[in-house]
Amino acid sequence: MGGYLVRRLFESVLILLGITFVTFILLYLVPADPARQIAGRAATAETVANIRDQLGLNDPLFVQYWRYLSGLAQGDMGRSYLQRAEVSSLIAARLPASLMLMVSAILTELAIGLTIGVVAALRRNRPADHGLMIFSFVAISAPQFVLGILLLYVFAVQLGWFPIGGYGTWAHFVLPSLTLGLLGAGWYSRMMRSSMIEVLNQDLVRTARAKGLSKLRIVTRHVMPNAILPIIAMIGIDIGLFMSGIVVVESVFGWPGIGQLAWQAIQRVDIPVIMGVTMVSATAIVLGNLLADLVAPLIDPRIKTK
Amino acid sequence: MKTMLLSGIAALALGASGALAQVDQDAPQGGEMTVTYQDDVATLDPAIGYDWQNWSMIKSLFDGLTGYEPGTTKLRNELAESHEISEDGLTHTFKLKDGITFHNGREITAQDVKYSLDRVTNPETRSPGAGFFGMIEGFDSWNAGEGDGLSGVKVVDDKTVEITLSRPDATFGHVMALNFASVVPQEAVEELGEDFGRNPVGSGAFELAEWLPGQRVVFEAYEDYHRAGVPKLDRVTFEIGLEPTVALLRIQNGDADIPGDGIPPAQFLQTMNDPAMAERIVEGGQLHTGYITLNMQMAPFDQPEVRKAVNMAIDKDRIVQMINGRAVPANQPLPPTMPGYDEEYEGYAYDPEAARQMLADAGFPDGFETELYVMNVDPNPRIAQAIQQDLSQIGITAEIRSLAQANVIAAGGEADQAPMIWSGGMAWIADFPDPSNFYGPILGCAGAVPGGWNWSWYCNEEIDARAAEADAMVGDEAAREDAWRQIYVDIMEDAPWVPVFNEQRFTLRSDSVAGDDSLFVDPVHIPVNYDYVHSSNAE
Repeated sequence: MGGYLVRRLFESVLILLGITFVTFILLYLVPADPARQIAGRAATAETVANIRDQLGLNDPLFVQYWRYLSGLAQGDMGRSYLQRAEVSSLIAARLPASLMLMVSAILTELAIGLTIGVVAALRRNRPADHGLMIFSFVAISAPQFVLGILLLYVFAVQLGWFPIGGYGTWAHFVLPSLTLGLLGAGWYSRMMRSSMIEVLNQDLVRTARAKGLSKLRIVTRHVMPNAILPIIAMIGIDIGLFMSGIVVVESVFGWPGIGQLAWQAIQRVDIPVIMGVTMVSATAIVLGNLLADLVAPLIDPRIKTK
Repeated sequence: MKTMLLSGIAALALGASGALAQVDQDAPQGGEMTVTYQDDVATLDPAIGYDWQNWSMIKSLFDGLTGYEPGTTKLRNELAESHEISEDGLTHTFKLKDGITFHNGREITAQDVKYSLDRVTNPETRSPGAGFFGMIEGFDSWNAGEGDGLSGVKVVDDKTVEITLSRPDATFGHVMALNFASVVPQEAVEELGEDFGRNPVGSGAFELAEWLPGQRVVFEAYEDYHRAGVPKLDRVTFEIGLEPTVALLRIQNGDADIPGDGIPPAQFLQTMNDPAMAERIVEGGQLHTGYITLNMQMAPFDQPEVRKAVNMAIDKDRIVQMINGRAVPANQPLPPTMPGYDEEYEGYAYDPEAARQMLADAGFPDGFETELYVMNVDPNPRIAQAIQQDLSQIGITAEIRSLAQANVIAAGGEADQAPMIWSGGMAWIADFPDPSNFYGPILGCAGAVPGGWNWSWYCNEEIDARAAEADAMVGDEAAREDAWRQIYVDIMEDAPWVPVFNEQRFTLRSDSVAGDDSLFVDPVHIPVNYDYVHSSNAE
C-alpha cells in the first residue's frame, strides 16, 4: 500500500508537470501579445517593446518555461500582468468560495441522484420510474447557463425564496449548487438505479429476505451499501466536470470563485493567472482521482490496489 | 420653426442660470446606491487602470489638476486653483488649492504632482497611459529609462508646479484631467508597491472602504473633500461578477440601482417595451465610432475607388436596425457629440448601383475576394454578416474571420494580415473629449506601425502635418475646431474607413437614485458620475 501510494504520487507530479508544459506552449502559441494587452491602445511601439522586455517575453520559450517552473518550485506563481497582484493571493482569495460551492454541489447531486436512483429501482418499470428517468435525462441535457437563469427567474425573481445571485449566506448556496449539481444528479440517478437493480437480483438479497428481514431493512442495510460503491469512485472523477461547470455557474450567479477569475484572465491573455488557475484545477482533478482510487479498496475489499 | 423655437428657449435657460443648470449642485446629501458590473475590477491604481469598470471608479477616488463640469465635456480646475499658460503655449503653471488633503490626511503639495507624473511615465510602472504625456519636455529620455524624472515638470514652491512642453499642445488641459494624471501620495505608493492598486489612497470624493475580490467594492464619502457638498451619496456599493441578464433582474427586483454595463443587448427590446421601466431608462450619446478599416497596404484596397465603392455599398441603416436602434448611422470618423463634428458633411450615401459601377471602373467588374476580421462576441459576428451581404451585392466576396478580441487586435497590427476589420467591441471610445483623440493612434502615421491601432495603415503626411498644426493652436478654440473639422472631411476623401455607426448608451436607474440624466450617461465619468448622483431618500 505504501509503495503504491508513493508511485501514484510520483505519477501525479509527472502529470501536473506535463500539464504545465502543454498549457505553457499553448499560451505561447496564441497569436495575441500580452504586452499589448498591458500597454493599451495609447502606447507607442517602444512602450510595448519595453513591457515585453521587462516581463521577459522576448526570451526563448524554454527559458521562459524554466523560469516559470523554478518560480513554481519555490511556491511563486508570479504576478498577474493586469492586476499586478500575486497570483497566489488572487487564487487564495477565491479558492474557498469555489471549494465550498463544489462540496455543496456534490452533496446536492448525491442527495438528489441517490434518492431518485433508489426510488426508480424499487419502482422499476412503473410510471414513477419512467417519470424519474425522464427527469434525469433532462437534467443531463440542460445547458447550465440556461438552467441557472431559469432557476434564478423562478425561485429568486418570481417566488423570492432566494437572493438573485451573490455570495454570503446559506441561501446564496442553494441555486448555484442546484445548477451545478443537477447534471451530476442525472448521471448518479441512472447509475444508482442500475446498480440497485443489479444488487437486488443477487443472492444476498434472497438470503436476507429468507431470514425474514423487513423490506426497508433489506434496502437500507444490504442493497444500498453495495449499490453505492461504484458511485463513490465516480465522485473523484467528477471533480474535473465540476471545474468546467464552475466557470459557467460562477459567472451566472456572480460567485467570487476561481472560475470567474479564469474566465477574465483568458479574455485578457493574463498568462500568469491562466497558468495558476490551470495548475490549481489540475491538482484538484489529479488528487480527486487519486483519492477515488485509494478510497475504493477501503470500502470494497474486492478491489485491490496493485 | 419648432426646432428653432425650442433651441431658443434652451439657450435662454442656459443664459439665465449658467451652463450647469441641469446638474443640481444643491441636491441633498446622504443615502446610498448599488451599481453592478460583470467583470472584476483589475486594479484601482490610476496609473494602470484602463477598463470599462474601473475608469469611473478611479475618477471618484482620485483627482488630477483638472477635471470636468459634471455631465459635460467642459474642462474645469480640480486640485488646481489656477492654470496659466505662457504666451508661446509652452509653459503651464498650476497653483494648487489650499488645504487639500489625501485620504490619509496629508496635505497635497506640488511635489506630489511631480511625483505622480514621473511615476506614470516611468517605464517601470508599465502604465498604459504613459504615451499621453509625450508633449511634456523630457518625456522621450525619461520614458526610455534615462535620467531621474520628467525634466519639464518643476516644483516652484509648495503650491506651484510648472510644466514645460516640448511643443504647444491644445489638448494638454484634457491630458491633465485623464485618470493617468491623478495625483497620488508617494509614501502610500512606496509602502504598498504593486499592491497600491488594491489599497488606493487618493484625494477624490470617495475613499475605498471595502474590497472583496469578485464580489463587491464599497466606496464611502471622503469627509474632507475639497468641494463642499460633494459627493452627494454617503456610500456606493459595486456588485461585481453578475451576468448582465442577472444584474437586470436584480435591478427590477430593487436589489440594485444602476447596471454599470448598461442594458444588455439580449434584453434591450423587452426592457424598452416594458412600461414599468420606461421612465427609468436614460439614453445618452457616447464618444464612440464603429467603423470598418480598409487596409491600404493590401491590394485592392490600395485603390481609392475601391475604398469609396465599399463606403457606398454598406447599408448603415439596416445595421443600426439590426442592433435594435442602439446607435445612429455615421458618415465621418468623429461622433456627433464631439467638438469638430461636421453637421453639413453628407459622406458617402448608400448606393450599391453606383458602387458596382465604380468598382468596375477601377478594374473589378466581377468584384474580388477578401477577408473581414471581427471580434467573436455578439452582436459583432451578426454585423459582419450584414456587411458581408452588402459587399456581395457589389460582387465582393468577403470571408468572415471571427476571432477573440486579442487576436483581432494582433492581426490589425500586422501590415499584411487583415484586409478589412469591423471594429465592434474594440472600437474607439475617446479618452478625452477632443477631436485630436480620434486621429493620432487610429488614423495618423504614428499608429500605422507594427502593433499599432491604425488598422487601415493610412498615412497621409500632409494631413499629419495639419493635425500637428491644429494641436499647436493654443487659445483659439474655434479656429482649432474648424481645422480639425476640415481634417476629418479630407480624410474621408481618402476613405480609409467606412464609418458605420455611433453607439448610444442606454442605461437604467432605480427610483431611489436621482439627478440629471447627464450624470447617468456622463461623457467623461463613463459610465456614471458617482460624485453628483443623489439619493431620492435623502433630505
